[in-house]
Amino acid sequence: MEYFVIIVSAIFVSNIVLMQFLGICPFLGVSKSINTSIGMGAAVLFVMTLATIATWLFQYYILNPFGLAFMQTIVFILVIAALVQMVEIILKKVSPSLYQALGVYLPLITTNCAVLGVAILTIQKDYNLMEGTVFAMSTAIGFTLALVIFAGIREHLELMEVPKGMRGIPIALITAGILALAFMGFTGMA
Amino acid sequence: MNQIQNFTKGFFKESPTFVLLLGMCPTLATTTSAINGMGMGLATAFVLTMSNLAVSLVKDLIPDKIRIPAFVVIIATFVTIVELVMQAFVPGLYEALGIFIPLIVVNCIVLGRAEAYASSHGPWSSTVDGLGMGLGFTMALTILGAVRELLGSGAIFGIHFIKGNFMLIFILAPGAFIALGYLIALINRIRKTS
Amino acid sequence: MASKKESSFVNMVLTLLSITAFAALALGVVYVVTKNPIEIAQKQKQEAAIRQVLPAFDSLKVVMLPDAEGNDSLQFNIATKDGKLIGVAIKTYTNKGFGGRFDVMVGLLPDGTINNTAVLDMKETPGLGTNIMHKNSDFPDQFEGKNPASFELKVTKDGGDVDAITAATISSRAFCDALQRAYKSFEKNKSKF
Repeated sequence: MEYFVIIVSAIFVSNIVLMQFLGICPFLGVSKSINTSIGMGAAVLFVMTLATIATWLFQYYILNPFGLAFMQTIVFILVIAALVQMVEIILKKVSPSLYQALGVYLPLITTNCAVLGVAILTIQKDYNLMEGTVFAMSTAIGFTLALVIFAGIREHLELMEVPKGMRGIPIALITAGILALAFMGFTGMA
Repeated sequence: MNQIQNFTKGFFKESPTFVLLLGMCPTLATTTSAINGMGMGLATAFVLTMSNLAVSLVKDLIPDKIRIPAFVVIIATFVTIVELVMQAFVPGLYEALGIFIPLIVVNCIVLGRAEAYASSHGPWSSTVDGLGMGLGFTMALTILGAVRELLGSGAIFGIHFIKGNFMLIFILAPGAFIALGYLIALINRIRKTS
Repeated sequence: MASKKESSFVNMVLTLLSITAFAALALGVVYVVTKNPIEIAQKQKQEAAIRQVLPAFDSLKVVMLPDAEGNDSLQFNIATKDGKLIGVAIKTYTNKGFGGRFDVMVGLLPDGTINNTAVLDMKETPGLGTNIMHKNSDFPDQFEGKNPASFELKVTKDGGDVDAITAATISSRAFCDALQRAYKSFEKNKSKF
């Protein structure tokens, strides 16, 4: 039950992109086609889960025991950056096909604030390791969902006659606003 | 380019929010009121100025390959300083901005300016660049915050013009996207005609 | 960039190490300098909240006591004046808020009547859920002087006596939940004041 609430809330009710405003850059940048969105989503799922586990361990086994909780920001960003590098190197060696699919998205992820954001939120919400992992995975699924829906809309939008001044980013933002409005319908479900 | 132009470019010509479209996450998330937007902008401006200065001072000592991680460490240090100082002296604002203070670390504007400007310019120009960009960002966030606050709760900086709730949606998540969308469209229009 | 350092392994490790060392040093200094002000700021906030929810008092005793279910403990600030109990400020919480957990300081008079409330930390929706605070609406006024023994701490929709905030039923319910927790724990620990 507890996990169910975490999952529903992370995917729908407080969707990371549309309700919490994390990961807006890839949301606007990579969402031009459904295929790239799925690729980006998969890469985020992978990194976000690993990063949350790694930062959780750092927080509870290194920062807290030594009273260094105030170094959280700096330690977390370094852990995430190192992790992304490692994933890239390992993936290249172990599974070239997977690397080819996700590789281009990996460097973009270090600066994706959703990854650092979820790592910090997991600590703030006092989740244990298992809850944190579930939270990170469902958040990433929510991210992918928002990205894919948005990409679908944008693919159609390409064919539309949009007023000149609204073309590009303005219409994309307003579309995102309407999408967020739809997601508000989930409010209060979990 | 002289220093005055260098300073003012962040406000309009290269406005990080309206033209370069950087740092969208804090822009959308923290602008529920003019004062919150301004607080977020000033915190970012401080980090941006200090990290630009620090990067320009040490740029020749850093080998190329580890440039980015070194910059990130510098930026993260200043972000943590801002976190601690705000917690101590403006706890109310610190709570309102919440998670977006530590997230200044991954704000593309900060790393972007360090990489694109400070790593190839002197300390003086870099400081001016950081300050200009930072205050430009602050201005954009304050405007967006004011627009949302006015439409959403009929007030600017907490001073009420209209009693009661107005168009609440502008304070909520969807309103952030919609207000920014229209603001950018408006700015595009002004830039075309001028 | 002729003066730029070569990217040799030793150079890279040394540079990163020294930058990190510098960063750690700077942070350590700032941490030590701000540590006291942060604690004072937090303490002041709490004290201001206690003063707001209780009648004037001259001494305060802080104890942690178990809540009604006995699986968590709440902070009880027992206030006395001239040695006589005049009220208890309980730092209570709810997990049912729209933005998750929030904390409320509730001032109860010796007979359990609610004197006043102050919301401490919350992430409710601005303009809607934030109306649980005094400065934003008169919603919290309806609790003042009510005794939960006869005043049902539930919104009218759920059959209680509380008028919910328009369009913020979740926050209103959560607020009642926090108050209910405080009252129940107060009743349970009554003998200890």
